[in-house]
Amino acid sequence: MATVNFTDFEGNARSVEANTGDSVMETAVRNGVEGIVGECGGSLSCATCHVFVADSDLESLEPMSEMEDEMLYGTAVDREENSRLSCQIKLCEGQTLNVTTPETQV
Amino acid sequence: MNTATAVSTAGAPAPAAHTATGLLIVGASQSGVQLAISLRALGYTEHITLLGDEDHRPYQRPALSKEFLQDKIGSESLIFRSNDYWDEHNVTLVKGERIQDIDSNPDGSGVAVGSSGTRYPYTRLALAVGARPRRFEAEGSDLHGVVYLRNADDALHLKDLAPNATDVVVIGGGFIGLEAASSLQAMGKRVTVLEYGPRLVGRAVGEDTSGYFLRKHRERGLDIHLEARVRKIHGADGQVSAVELETGEVIDAQIVLVGIGVIPNTELGEKLGLDIENGIVVDHAALASDGHTLVVGDVANMPNPVPSAPEGERIRLESVNNAVEHAKVAAYALMGQREAYAGIPWFWSNQADMKLQIAGLSLGFDSTVKREVPEKGKFTVLYYRDGRIIAADCVNAPLDFMAVKQALAAGKNIDPQASADPAVQLKTLIA
Repeated sequence: MATVNFTDFEGNARSVEANTGDSVMETAVRNGVEGIVGECGGSLSCATCHVFVADSDLESLEPMSEMEDEMLYGTAVDREENSRLSCQIKLCEGQTLNVTTPETQV
Repeated sequence: MNTATAVSTAGAPAPAAHTATGLLIVGASQSGVQLAISLRALGYTEHITLLGDEDHRPYQRPALSKEFLQDKIGSESLIFRSNDYWDEHNVTLVKGERIQDIDSNPDGSGVAVGSSGTRYPYTRLALAVGARPRRFEAEGSDLHGVVYLRNADDALHLKDLAPNATDVVVIGGGFIGLEAASSLQAMGKRVTVLEYGPRLVGRAVGEDTSGYFLRKHRERGLDIHLEARVRKIHGADGQVSAVELETGEVIDAQIVLVGIGVIPNTELGEKLGLDIENGIVVDHAALASDGHTLVVGDVANMPNPVPSAPEGERIRLESVNNAVEHAKVAAYALMGQREAYAGIPWFWSNQADMKLQIAGLSLGFDSTVKREVPEKGKFTVLYYRDGRIIAADCVNAPLDFMAVKQALAAGKNIDPQASADPAVQLKTLIA
């Protein structure tokens, strides 16, 4: 298992237990976490699962692909240094990840 | 494959017998699911029944021809929402039930009757019944091993057959055919694609993009025949063995996958006496001709939602994006609010190492601009009408896709002279 702590743009927090190997986007969508859409189901096509990753967690993530990097320029809320597409973040056993969701995804 | 299924329920408890659900959504599809989710987000408080004819929890279909077929993801990854979500949101899921008949009242309420004999009284009805694969009619098309790919059972059946096949013939060079062909090729199969028309994906992309996909797929070893005419499908012991073309050529195949388009499921709409024409006809608010029934997604023939589209133009869109956006429009309508279809229609298709993203509808274009960065595998076609951008096909070029989507959403243009230089970012040309 892994844990993802989601905080929305207003500061409301929600902690969700996740299956190891699932993406952060899948975890959010399946459990109805608002603030993440994931319209394309995780195929890196829609840029509607944008999250800001806590600085302390950034290093623990695999580097992003060029495609993800380019897609991040098309998010509804402008990207920042700690932006990722959450469909591309796969959770490891025992991992705890802290992310903030943007005000809107579309 | 339509396997016999038993009716079962999940999520919130079903209403007591003879007690009407607030909204009966027929079709636990992308649009049916979105309708339920959007209604809850908008504060709809009545009980919702989400009913589907498959024996699966509501799931996403796009990966069936790609990651799921190739075993890159499991079935759990396809599930839209956990059972807890449906329970907490007072939505009852009914699986394995096909609605056979509907008695409707003038106020929009009625009773739907399932193939199990169960009656589903409702206050309001929504149809998210989608479409079914067009059948291929030829001698031998009933042989075992001639398959379609629309739903999860289709994909599971294909996955069962795949290990015992070395040669696959795909009939139809559209999105489904090419995605599945790419997947099967990646799974080690020798794949031949037979397209009836003069070019690939002729219904969805322009000639330049068709040509690009033809070249790239051939470079990767896909055997593609254009203007192919199938004479018959050969078999032995009831099992497909080859496909014969009218030229006399015979191509070995232990699997024949047919992807030649879909037919909208209008039968329930017909029973209700709704206007039918290339799907079930709806207005701007996703309401059918009776003024009560909501119809969303692939089955709906709706006014073209693009703001610049000619007045009165109608369209039926088969896409995830449309299923989602159209369901939102319907949710607002049910809540008594008029909300315009948001955003610009968009589509995607992943085939081998090519990620195609389409923004807008190229319907009615009069000129195109091509941008290509061959060493990066990037290829974009911009479509213009009267000098204004209306759509783009973008392969491995998400920045172009995003820029065009943004320009279209904002009602802005991208200058057709300046956009021809692939070194110039389209985003800087939006004006």
